[in-house]
Amino acid sequence: MTKEDCKQVVLDIIADIAPDEDLTNVKPEVRLRDQLQLDSMDFLDIVMELRKRHGIEVPEAEYQQLASLDSCAEYLTPKFNALAAKS
Amino acid sequence: MASDFLSTRMKSARIVITGVGLTAPNGNSLTEFRRNLLAGVAGIERMEIRYMGSQLAGVCHYDPLKYQKKKEVRVGTRAGSIAIFCAREALADCGANFEALPKDRIGIYIGCTEHGNVETENEIFNISKFNYDTKFWSHYHNPRTVANNPAGETSLNLGVTGPAYTIGAACAAGNMGLIHAAQMLRLGEVDFAICGGISESIHTFGIFAGFKSQNALATHIDPHKASRPFDRARNGIVISEGGCLYTLERLDDAVARGAKIYGEIAGYNVNSDASDYVLPNPVRQAECVRAAISRAGMTPRDIHIVNTHATATVLGDIQECEAIRAVFGEGCPETSINNTKSYIGHCMGAAGALELAGNLPSFEDRIVHPTINVDDLDPACALPGLVLNQPRQVAKVDTILNNSFGMLGINSTLIVKRFLP
Repeated sequence: MTKEDCKQVVLDIIADIAPDEDLTNVKPEVRLRDQLQLDSMDFLDIVMELRKRHGIEVPEAEYQQLASLDSCAEYLTPKFNALAAKS
Repeated sequence: MASDFLSTRMKSARIVITGVGLTAPNGNSLTEFRRNLLAGVAGIERMEIRYMGSQLAGVCHYDPLKYQKKKEVRVGTRAGSIAIFCAREALADCGANFEALPKDRIGIYIGCTEHGNVETENEIFNISKFNYDTKFWSHYHNPRTVANNPAGETSLNLGVTGPAYTIGAACAAGNMGLIHAAQMLRLGEVDFAICGGISESIHTFGIFAGFKSQNALATHIDPHKASRPFDRARNGIVISEGGCLYTLERLDDAVARGAKIYGEIAGYNVNSDASDYVLPNPVRQAECVRAAISRAGMTPRDIHIVNTHATATVLGDIQECEAIRAVFGEGCPETSINNTKSYIGHCMGAAGALELAGNLPSFEDRIVHPTINVDDLDPACALPGLVLNQPRQVAKVDTILNNSFGMLGINSTLIVKRFLP
């Protein structure tokens, strides 16, 4: 999985948990909370959907890694690729 | 306002209904609901119920996105959504300048039969797909299942900062929402109330399964004929969702702003059977009805419409008829008796509130909507004044008595009278 693929995975999740938001111009380097109406429960949703859909675990101490699309890609892409290598 | 909340003026304040918002299986406004009640149009359909397959249910078809964002609908509950829709509709109907009302002086009092079954069942079903690993259990479970959820979601949506909570009173809850609101207005706890009852019960298989195990779940080849109180062939309850919320105000406030007034709370009573988990007690029901009439300063002859609670169970209908016969007997020629569940099934916590709404227009048109689906009247339910299958034009409708009874023997009777200045 590329980092761009990973960003799309996160965007797909956000599209479901924040269906009123326009995601066409999300800036990857800007904190998601600074450009979208997302609260702490929504971030728990992202964590839950990563677990449910992709088997990815994000420990609480590392939640800040999900701050922006760029940081999500940096943090999650190796996890996706590690999982892919296992299977 | 709080300093004089025990004054005689406040305690005796007249409480009036100034707005109605509803969603029923056969209508999403009072106008549509009433039109269908007079036209004999029921609203029962087949619905797929988890683990049970196709069942009969009363389903509401309002537009949740009229007053909620998609995310609110996703995060919240069906009960919360119904409550928000009804509250917003009632506020629009009442004509008050909502933005100008002090939000800390508004109370939200919503009756519900149960809450949390739907959301808990959904989560258990969800984790069943993950080998029952609870790390897949939703973090929304607790805010979705707290008993105050429908009222709390409504307060969030409206920005109301006054008291907002639910009243758990089984199927007496719809009446209880109104009764409690009237009490709070008289105590001076609030100056404006949004109140009534709601139900999301069709989304929990447990309610269906429970009634089926009681042999109390209705079946019929034609869904619209399945709910048939007082008919000899009745075979149980049709479970429905729905909601009906009212705006209630003290008369002085309503008059001061030139509000349209649907009717005035004339009297009420609540009591308990203290005799059985599920079997109604006609003696206590009759006591409840008599007490409400007495507290309204009336006699049974003064009641022009009695809306029955009857749910179309074999025994429950007979028990209620026994109670009504004991109170009204043969000596109340101007008393008409009807039933609304024959159209919409049993809307549980919303039942009392919806059934009152369906009769309120009778103050204007003096037509009593019938109870439908009575092809073969059970002699044990043959009450004088029972309006069967066709609407009845009557000379006078100045009072409506609304019965709502619930499991564990809670009884509520509410009397609303025509508003006369």
